[in-house]
Amino acid sequence: MSVIIILLIVSILIAGGFLIGFLWSVKDGQFDDQQSPAQRMLFDNELKINQTNLKNTK
Amino acid sequence: MSLDKFYYDNKLPKFFAIACIFWGAVGMLLGVIAAFQLAFPVLNFSEYFPHLAFGRLRPVHTNAVIFAFVGNGIFTGVYYAIPRLLKTPMWSKKLGNIHFWGWQFIIVCAAVSLLMGFTTGKEYAELEWPIDILITLIWVVFGINMFATIITRRERHLYVAIWFFIASWVTVAMLHIVNSFEIPVSFMKSYSWYAGVQDALVQWWYGHNAVAFFLTTPYLGLMYYFLPKAANRPVYSYRLSIVHFWSLIFLYIWAGPHHLLYTALPDWAQSLGTAFSIMLILPSWGGMLNGLFTLRGAWDKVREDPVLKFFVVAVTCYGMSTFEGPMLSLKNVNAISHYSDWTVAHVHIGALGWNGFLTFGMMYWLIPKLFKTKLYSVKLAATHFWIGTLGILLYAIPMYWSAFRSYFMMKAFTPEGQLQYTFIDIVQTVTPFYIIRAVGGTIFLIGVFIMIYNLIKTAKQGSFLATEEAEAPALEKEYRAPSNSIWHSFIERKPILLLVLSLVVVGIGGVIELVPTFLVKENIPTIASVKPYTPLELQGRDIYIREGCYNCHSQMIRPFRYEVKRYGEYSKAGEFVYDHPFQWGSKRTGPDLAREGINQPSVAWHFDHMMEPTLTSPGSVMPSYPSLYENDIDVASTNSKIHAMRKMGVPYPDGYEAEANNDLMKQAETIANELRTGKKVKIASNKEIIAMIAYLKRLGTDINLEKK
Repeated sequence: MSVIIILLIVSILIAGGFLIGFLWSVKDGQFDDQQSPAQRMLFDNELKINQTNLKNTK
Repeated sequence: MSLDKFYYDNKLPKFFAIACIFWGAVGMLLGVIAAFQLAFPVLNFSEYFPHLAFGRLRPVHTNAVIFAFVGNGIFTGVYYAIPRLLKTPMWSKKLGNIHFWGWQFIIVCAAVSLLMGFTTGKEYAELEWPIDILITLIWVVFGINMFATIITRRERHLYVAIWFFIASWVTVAMLHIVNSFEIPVSFMKSYSWYAGVQDALVQWWYGHNAVAFFLTTPYLGLMYYFLPKAANRPVYSYRLSIVHFWSLIFLYIWAGPHHLLYTALPDWAQSLGTAFSIMLILPSWGGMLNGLFTLRGAWDKVREDPVLKFFVVAVTCYGMSTFEGPMLSLKNVNAISHYSDWTVAHVHIGALGWNGFLTFGMMYWLIPKLFKTKLYSVKLAATHFWIGTLGILLYAIPMYWSAFRSYFMMKAFTPEGQLQYTFIDIVQTVTPFYIIRAVGGTIFLIGVFIMIYNLIKTAKQGSFLATEEAEAPALEKEYRAPSNSIWHSFIERKPILLLVLSLVVVGIGGVIELVPTFLVKENIPTIASVKPYTPLELQGRDIYIREGCYNCHSQMIRPFRYEVKRYGEYSKAGEFVYDHPFQWGSKRTGPDLAREGINQPSVAWHFDHMMEPTLTSPGSVMPSYPSLYENDIDVASTNSKIHAMRKMGVPYPDGYEAEANNDLMKQAETIANELRTGKKVKIASNKEIIAMIAYLKRLGTDINLEKK
């Protein structure tokens, strides 16, 4: 069952990586604002799209 | 503040979407064929095409649906959502193209090679080593493109969907590398570096996480982008999305052993898997509830919008299968479900419901957007929705039913203490359920064709928008005072890249160093009488793997009275130390073969059975294997196979490579003679069937020797 050691190392590596990612993201302020990100993703620049489209469709 | 002007590319999302739908239809069609084969074995067409037998077709179906359908679905969403979330185009069009064509090339290679019988024999990781390497390369290309896009972003905040994509990429890379550790024997043939119990553990650590990080987390990312977009309202709770993301990825990695409950895997490892699997219900349901609650106050939209209909059922199916998952990880429930059709129903609730419906919803939303038009027919889409839902139900319910019926038949004893039903009795009982299941799958597939028609019509009535212009302020180069420690400021400058690179480097390095040291030592047998396979048996085993026998036959007897009575002494960990790869299987459409050598020692029986299974077992649904009687054993490979085995610590004597074929011939001649004298059939001793019989006769016999 020594393979469990390999799996443990790999799993802990992944989990550790996630932990670093988590700590970084918290420190970076990724989660400071928990309202606007959810709203912001709803808005794309629709206006520009239409102009490009006019050119494309001739 | 100046505004940057830039362009989103819609070509790659379109390509990926087309590939996703195309491979989806192919993969599901293969699934339907395979489902009918289980009810009507004549559909295997074994006499004409040995390539299309169930054992070879089923891996093509699973691989196509997972890696081609869902894979391309993920990439469609990623290439569409990431630029818009980060206000920047994908970093490199060239890498994107390489990614797209490379992935499709892998899919074609996979399909062809699996049908030709090139397989590692490990479920969902069947592809042989050259394709494994190709997958790694393309995955890295994808990763570079994604992370470079993230680094060059114009939006400092990473939306939760992107977190899901990042975690998926990192973990899949790791899983693939660790599980694909194999020693090449020749081009397109390799042996898993791990053996027996170890191989099983690695395989299901991979297998479960493939479900987790290929079928679940990236699709949660898609859910978090496309569901709010389609409903045009923000996700119910952004905080919940963050909390459930981090807890989900931390818990998932440890759940793998729940695939090996009651097997020869050490008990503590089983319990560990069970404990983590039960915990998983919380983050999983966090995701489901967050998805469903996003529609709070918008349920009137669900009545009209087919996109939302699909999303609602997809998320509900996700919730159902992630409730079922922890339940199936309880040992007492698993005793019923393992090796049965329950597992098949469970994965199809996930695959058809969660992955399928989420993809369909995404396509119905995305294709009109890409073509600047409205969906051609909302009515057809609604029809697709109802047909698809009916298909799922018709698929799943018969499978649950057959699972319970077969379980109760399997463990039924007569008052005299004998097993009440033979295995064939059970096969005969569940076959009608297989027919209903196949019909359910067919209905689901018809829905997909309706969608394809609808989407083509949609594309035709619109005009494709190849690029979209957008503008956003450049991301300010934010100067941050160095933190108190040096490494911290370093990490903050190039965080993700560093994270990923270090993980990959350390992972590969660590694995390469550790594996041989640990594993070769482990192969010192703990049961003295367990010996390596003879060269002929080894060749037979490779034929067994090639034909995908493991898709229907397990080689692992669990310690239950009704299993021991039916199949013989329960399996011990020490019996599998030379099994590269392990062949424990996960489904018993046919009986367990772990002690086949004891249960069926007659060479004549096997000879007849492989030629026409119904000769020896009336009512069997197994395909026949006439090609085994024509093909010659590949003796040229014996040398390199023995050599590879020896490298992995299998104790063949030094220099045995040279003598192996002599022993092989001798043993083959003995078996052929037995057939000639006992059965009065003429068979050359160099035919594959001889090797196959040799292997089957050996199975599970070593432990009996010990008793004598």
